Amino acid sequence: MELIGIIIVAIFVNNVVFSQFLGICPFLGVSKKVDTAIGMGFAVMFVLTMATIVTFIVQKGILEQFGLEYLQTITFILVIASLVQMVEIILKKTSPSLYQALGVFLPLITTNCVILGVAILVIQKDYNLLESVIYAVATAIGYAMALIIFSSIREQLALTKVPKTMQGVPIALITAGVIAMAFMGFSGIDQVFK
Amino acid sequence: MNKNLNVLINGVIRENPLLVLLLGMCPALATTSSALNGMSMGLATMFVLICSNTVISLIKNMIPDMVRIPAFIVIIAAFVTIIEMLMNAYVPALADSLGIFLPLIVVNCTVLGRAEAFASRNSVVSSIFDGFGMGLGFTIALTILGALRELMGTGKIFSLNVFPEEFGSLLFVLAPGAFIVLGYLIAVFNKLQSKA
Repeated sequence: MELIGIIIVAIFVNNVVFSQFLGICPFLGVSKKVDTAIGMGFAVMFVLTMATIVTFIVQKGILEQFGLEYLQTITFILVIASLVQMVEIILKKTSPSLYQALGVFLPLITTNCVILGVAILVIQKDYNLLESVIYAVATAIGYAMALIIFSSIREQLALTKVPKTMQGVPIALITAGVIAMAFMGFSGIDQVFK
Repeated sequence: MNKNLNVLINGVIRENPLLVLLLGMCPALATTSSALNGMSMGLATMFVLICSNTVISLIKNMIPDMVRIPAFIVIIAAFVTIIEMLMNAYVPALADSLGIFLPLIVVNCTVLGRAEAFASRNSVVSSIFDGFGMGLGFTIALTILGALRELMGTGKIFSLNVFPEEFGSLLFVLAPGAFIVLGYLIAVFNKLQSKA
């Protein structure tokens, strides 16, 4: 029951984009077409899950063992950067089709704050490894969902007549605000799981 | 001197990191629930920008080209850790309200962007000016955004009452308000720029 609670809260109540504001730059950047949004969503899911497992092990196995918690930020960003690089090399060799689908998004992911954010959040929330992985996957699903919803709206938006100064990012942000309002309707669901 | 002044103005207005280059959206949306929070986030980012720009322009000739991005990230992460520890020690309440976005300065595209685009090519002095200008532009944008949200949400600016108690719609302090106010702010800035 508690695990289901984590999933529902991470996807709907505390959606990464609409209520925690993580990963906004790629969210605005790749959400012009549904196809790219789906690709980015899967790439984030892949990297986020792996990065959370690795950083969790590094935190518990190395940093906490030797009392080096203050090095968390440096260590995590290095681990994530090298992990993304490694994933890129391995995918290129072993699965060219997957690389074709996700390849362009991988370099963008290092500076996606969702990855580092979730890695730090699961430590702050004191989750165990299983809860961390579930939280990471659910967050990634929430991110992919936000991207897909938003990109399908933006495809429509591209066809409408928008005042010149509002074109592009301003109208996209206001649209995101309206969707965020809709997502506020989910708040309170988490009470059921307590 | 004139050139440095130009670099400074460039960062604040012509290439304002948030309102023109559209970088650093995440902290801009998340930490501007009040003017004070927005300003302190801006100042923390400015500190990191100035320090990392200085160090990177000092050692730009020693870093091999192949590993320059990881090297920049380590330098930036070191300064982020310093400001994190300083804020936790001296202003713990503020550090708490900025929360996870304090360590996330590392992945703020503005900082890495300036390291790559400016500090790795220019002299130390103009890199410091660039860091100061970009940081100032970011701080000003965040403070305006925070002040607008705080004013419309609670009727206060920097916790000082401007409007009577019952004025204010909580929506602007919550998540949707952040998106909507920033959207309008960028539109207004676009309009002003197209006239100038």
